[in-house]
Amino acid sequence: MMRFLLLFSRQGKLRLQKWFITVTEREKKKMIRDMTLMVLARPPRSCNFLHWRDLKIVYKRYASLYFCCGLEEHDNELLTLEILHRYVELLDKYFGNVCELDIIFNFEKAYFILDEFLMGGEILETSKTAVGTAMEEAATLQETMEEYMSKPTF
Amino acid sequence: MPAPIRLRELIRTIRTARTQAEEREMIQKECAAIRSSFREEDNTYRCRNVAKLLYMHMLGYPAHFGQLECLKLIASQKFTDKRIGYLGAMLLLDERQDVHLLMTNCIKNDLNHSTQYVQGLALCTLGCMGSSEMCRDLAGEVEKLLKTSNSYLRKKAALCAVHVIRKVPELMEMFLPATKNLLSEKNHGVLHTSVVLLTEMCERSPDMLSHFRKVWLLVPQLVRILKNLIMSGYSPEHDVSGISDPFLQVRILRLLRILGRSDDDSSEAMNDILAQVATNTETSKNVGNAILYETVLTIMDIKSESGLRVLAINILGRFLLNNDKNIRYVALTSLLKTVQTDHNAVQRHRSTIVDCLKDLDVSIKRRAMELSFALVNGNNIRGMMKELLYFLDSCDPEFKADCASGVFLAAEKYAPSKRWHIDTIMRVLTTAGSYVRDDSVPNLIQLITNSVEMHAYTVQRLYKALLDDISQQPLVQVSSWCIGEYGDLLVSGQCEEEEPIQVTEDEVLDVLEGLLLSNLSTPVTRGYSLLGEILNRIKKVVSVYGSSIDVELQQRAVEYNALFKKYDHMRPALLERMPIMEKTASNGPTEIVQTNGETEPSVPDTKHPPLVTQPANQANDLLDLLGGNDVVPVIQTTLPTKPASAGGELLDLLGDLSLSGGPAPAPVPSVPVSQPPFLLDGLSSQPLFTDIAAVIPPMTAYNKNGLKIEFTFERANPNPNIAVITIHATNTTEADMTEFVFQAAVPKTFQLQLLSPSSNIVPALNQGSITQIIRVLNPQKQQLRMRVKLTYTHKGLPVQDLAEVNNFPPQSWQ
Repeated sequence: MMRFLLLFSRQGKLRLQKWFITVTEREKKKMIRDMTLMVLARPPRSCNFLHWRDLKIVYKRYASLYFCCGLEEHDNELLTLEILHRYVELLDKYFGNVCELDIIFNFEKAYFILDEFLMGGEILETSKTAVGTAMEEAATLQETMEEYMSKPTF
Repeated sequence: MPAPIRLRELIRTIRTARTQAEEREMIQKECAAIRSSFREEDNTYRCRNVAKLLYMHMLGYPAHFGQLECLKLIASQKFTDKRIGYLGAMLLLDERQDVHLLMTNCIKNDLNHSTQYVQGLALCTLGCMGSSEMCRDLAGEVEKLLKTSNSYLRKKAALCAVHVIRKVPELMEMFLPATKNLLSEKNHGVLHTSVVLLTEMCERSPDMLSHFRKVWLLVPQLVRILKNLIMSGYSPEHDVSGISDPFLQVRILRLLRILGRSDDDSSEAMNDILAQVATNTETSKNVGNAILYETVLTIMDIKSESGLRVLAINILGRFLLNNDKNIRYVALTSLLKTVQTDHNAVQRHRSTIVDCLKDLDVSIKRRAMELSFALVNGNNIRGMMKELLYFLDSCDPEFKADCASGVFLAAEKYAPSKRWHIDTIMRVLTTAGSYVRDDSVPNLIQLITNSVEMHAYTVQRLYKALLDDISQQPLVQVSSWCIGEYGDLLVSGQCEEEEPIQVTEDEVLDVLEGLLLSNLSTPVTRGYSLLGEILNRIKKVVSVYGSSIDVELQQRAVEYNALFKKYDHMRPALLERMPIMEKTASNGPTEIVQTNGETEPSVPDTKHPPLVTQPANQANDLLDLLGGNDVVPVIQTTLPTKPASAGGELLDLLGDLSLSGGPAPAPVPSVPVSQPPFLLDGLSSQPLFTDIAAVIPPMTAYNKNGLKIEFTFERANPNPNIAVITIHATNTTEADMTEFVFQAAVPKTFQLQLLSPSSNIVPALNQGSITQIIRVLNPQKQQLRMRVKLTYTHKGLPVQDLAEVNNFPPQSWQ
């Protein structure tokens, strides 16, 4: 299973953090710092895989964002690259030409999309369209309830 | 109170902050506002405030005061509230906080909600961060949802069940019935999550595993699903670069691996599909290679037929040649896993692997290095070592320590000759010396003492290396030790394998003193250096260290000083060669060889039974006379001892830097006499300083031309037939007597053993003396007589003299 998924910018600013294991707040901060340092230090045309403690780290850079996740021994690194790519595609489909700013200003949506795609460190849905459909329907639900309550969204 | 600012507004504001301090100020202000809003129990804007809090939490600021608010949001009826509430719960809460248990009831209700998206939220939260208690409470609900026909919920329930099983393995059984029909679903989401669930069950329970194999006949089912995936036409929603649902394919391959492991029938049933996938998968893109990778791992792990295994290794071989770095990396990793079981097959790709050592990518280099060490064997050791040493030269510092250790291990195991071994070690010490691990220094020393015939060669090479460069500590340490031990070989210029170098004692001392003075030498190195000095210069140098800051050095210096002053007559005996050390456990980066000091010593012909003594502590060691050893460095007693640590504790007896003089003596039965209480084998332990010297008075054997030679006596315990005579040669003239050689002959009924003298210069004006030990065996107790021959150079002129010594005190031979 995937242990965690982090998104951070080239300056090391965290944009999203998903933890599939239970760790202390302090430990999380340390891991984030380690990941950021390690990944940002990599020369441009390096291999996308690293070893850190007992985990395999897979990272991929998309424009100004680094997607970084920690895998266990049995996980397939090459497939994880595909997982990261699929997540980016989902974000792209949802936001339309997604960029870092979209994720900054709509971080909660990035989380919702992620939660339709992965769960407990495993892939939940392999269909490209199913995630998008779920997001749309849930949004409708939100609007319906808001309209009913006639109160503004957050 | 005005409405709290919107989330996006806040984000925009915070991003305008130019400094960290400015940002902190904004955050603090907003947190204060949020806190007062929470206190007012405002339902309307709670959602907005928590969302803002989550943003600030992501920036790294504390947000714990929002935890309870998340719970309130979860309990709300609004979907928007629930969504943010559950997100907040997953980010801010975890099972270590007691608060989280309050969620249980809400989740339970939401699991039974009429809207699937609410149910989905509940399942997601439970499946991501549910604690064992929560899982226990809610497992029943999850199991119910596993049986629903709603595929959206079913797939989420499946992964939630996986989490429950991970947290509470005992609950596995209850999900079994519901799992049965999962594989007949068409929905890929459900299929995928079911395979994950089955995998989790199989990994945790061997019983489940056989149940699936035998009763459910899972393997044929999975094979069929996989086949359909491969054969099916294009499906837009699952297609990735022409491959249909690679995620599902990989997951099925992984489950097949577990099912086929150590089971012939299952492995047989999947042979065809594996071969099909291995040969037909498109390899131009990463996704195809991901599937091939998983296939190879499966083939290698199950009981596949040899043809399939060869196919797998060849795929890995092709991977090694791929342009894509990731694929090369993955190939090296897999080969590392298979090298133990399919060693020969991997050997075929050795040259490609060795080429990867030169890859620019750090991760690949590391993998290639590990794999190269795994591939080293007796046949390829020379070629491989060349490549590895070249790698050691040019690699980044982060690799050097591991590489050096690996080289040492490999050399130890497969060295074709002693000389090659020593050359290899030298190469490592000179190129990567500073990165060599601390424990390798004693290991190397032990190795060197064992290769007896190479001593001269070794010490010469080390000396030369030392002349070139004293910056690498381990090299300096080993060299100093060797010079200390085998310095006589160095100075005498004997060496068969190389051009002998003419080195005088002074030159060697210069080097060693240089070491002592150099700032680069650590105290440890200086400790080693101290071993190798000869008497005259020692006293000066050593006394400096009598007040050294380092306790170790100080202790040694003081001990040596005491040795020179009070126990000078014992010094030659003490300064004998070190016995060959036993091999003990050697540790490397990939292997640990457990020997625990019980191995057979690799000692050349020994005529005497090995004496077993426990390691003495340092104080006792100085007093530890290893009597009766020959001048020739082949030590005929072996002692299992602790390896000398970097601190160089126990067995650091000085080796003499003097010319070996005297005839080759007959071997004398050796008797260790020492203080420590752990002598074995009935060897008696006797105190050393019974005042024998006081019983037999000293005598002047020769006094002519300013040269005076005095004899002092001891009995060798416990053999009373041996008289130990120490000669002291002093010089009253104003010029040194150099190249001094003392020779002695005794009547036929006696046997004589002449040990190495302390030096061959008798300093002028009684500034010092030469001491030398003579051992005389006198079994018939006849009167001791001796003829001595003295040769030396005085004021540039050679002098030779013969004399008879007859005035031995009666006690010396009775």
